[in-house]
Amino acid sequence: MLEIENLSAWYGEAQALREATLSVGAGEVVTLVGRNGAGKTTLVRCLMGLHRHLTGSVWLDGRDITSLPAHRRARAGLGWVQDDRGIFANLSVEENLLLPPRVSESAWTLEQVYDAFPALGIRRRAGGTTLSGGEQQMLAVARVLRTGARVLLLDEPSEGLAPVIVAQIGEIVRTAKQSGIGVLLIEQNVRFAATVADRHYLLAQGRLVESLDNDEFVERQDELLEHLGI
Amino acid sequence: MSAVLQYTVQGLAAGSFYALAALGLAVIFGVLGVVNFAHGAFYMLGAVAAAVLLDTLGLSLWGALIVVPLLMLVFGMLVERLLVQWLLPLDPLYNLLLTFGLTLLLVDLVKRRYGVSGLPYERPSALSGRVEVGGVGLPVYQLFVIGVALLVCLGVWLLMTRTRVGMIVRAATERPELAGALGINVGRWVTPVFGFGVALAGLAGVLAAPFRAITAEMGSDFIIILFAVVVIGGLGSIVGAVVGGFLVGLVEAFGQAYAPTFAQVLIFVLMAVVVLARPAGLFGREEATA
Repeated sequence: MLEIENLSAWYGEAQALREATLSVGAGEVVTLVGRNGAGKTTLVRCLMGLHRHLTGSVWLDGRDITSLPAHRRARAGLGWVQDDRGIFANLSVEENLLLPPRVSESAWTLEQVYDAFPALGIRRRAGGTTLSGGEQQMLAVARVLRTGARVLLLDEPSEGLAPVIVAQIGEIVRTAKQSGIGVLLIEQNVRFAATVADRHYLLAQGRLVESLDNDEFVERQDELLEHLGI
Repeated sequence: MSAVLQYTVQGLAAGSFYALAALGLAVIFGVLGVVNFAHGAFYMLGAVAAAVLLDTLGLSLWGALIVVPLLMLVFGMLVERLLVQWLLPLDPLYNLLLTFGLTLLLVDLVKRRYGVSGLPYERPSALSGRVEVGGVGLPVYQLFVIGVALLVCLGVWLLMTRTRVGMIVRAATERPELAGALGINVGRWVTPVFGFGVALAGLAGVLAAPFRAITAEMGSDFIIILFAVVVIGGLGSIVGAVVGGFLVGLVEAFGQAYAPTFAQVLIFVLMAVVVLARPAGLFGREEATA
């Protein structure tokens, strides 16, 4: 579904990504684990077309999207949830949901969103950033689900949230997975990653150093934590 | 008491020009990130166009209020397509310099064609004279200007808050990159928004035509005050532009009445106080520390 081939990226002279090759299939949850500065965010920005100094290629559903501008990637089915949640303060909760265009038949309706996230329905007229951190994260995820995105890029969705909210987000990820959506999850929270993911990639200094299935990942959790310095 | 009412109306009328033009400046800055130095020149062109159309085609003020903003819309879109767009990927300073240069060019072209002495403009008889309000005679034209400005500001506010276009503009103003990554083609809105902002400056110019001296230089002081307005209101804030515009108009009117030598200075004192108390302006949002 989403395929990344030999992706390298630079900031000026400094190379931030080194020939990363990875894939996310339909209905598959894949995490990218790595410490700060490992190149996780650079990778996501490359995928969204926001970082242009790169070589390699990005494919979505068999189509080369490497040179598409960001808005056409979103329309092709990439749904990005930013690490800061990316909620617009100048837009109400409902406007935040309605802003991105629908991109596929599997797009959620507003009713479905409000059924799944009652808190958003209650506060639909409120300013987007007046929500709590957890609610904003729900809104950010709901926003891409409403577009019918085929692949979700979730950048640290559990960061700074209470365990009960993190569990809820895990629930949403599983729901998305069941409906055939591919998920690339950027995480530092290894325990959370282990509860939702099928496979894991470890990123260190811009290089994908390991690729593990979830059983191996759980088995080697302590060793990996140490290796990553988390 | 009557004097206070008179100065208030006078201030709000002057503020109307600032509010309309600042609104245009704010949407342009918001969506393009361009500080449009040529906004004063566009305001001047609006007034000159109204005068020329009256003189040559006999187009009344009523007609000019519709026709001139439309002409300016097209002109603004041309300026964006032909000039501004090429510098958008570069440092914003380049477009500041470009629009500054454009100002000099437009001002000199108008001087060359129409001279420096100013163009005449006779206001329609329906808008002349005074109207009695609570024992005070108030100029009809000033009330008319305030009314038009309030209507247009209300219209823009509805456009911004009640329509999908407005929603997209607000999102693109706040975080253009994110709006793009959510599937909004921000680039598509850049040209119409620039044209729209220029049209608002043109509209302010038309309203000013029967009220101010129409000269090539009329935009030069105007743009300086306008920058003070947007700094006071908050750069890129729609509400801030309108409130800042009327506020500066009032300060100017009362300043001229009670402390004529300090009238201009007062505006900048106000600006300094606002910036000290709220660096982002009255309605500006503090930049998120990311």
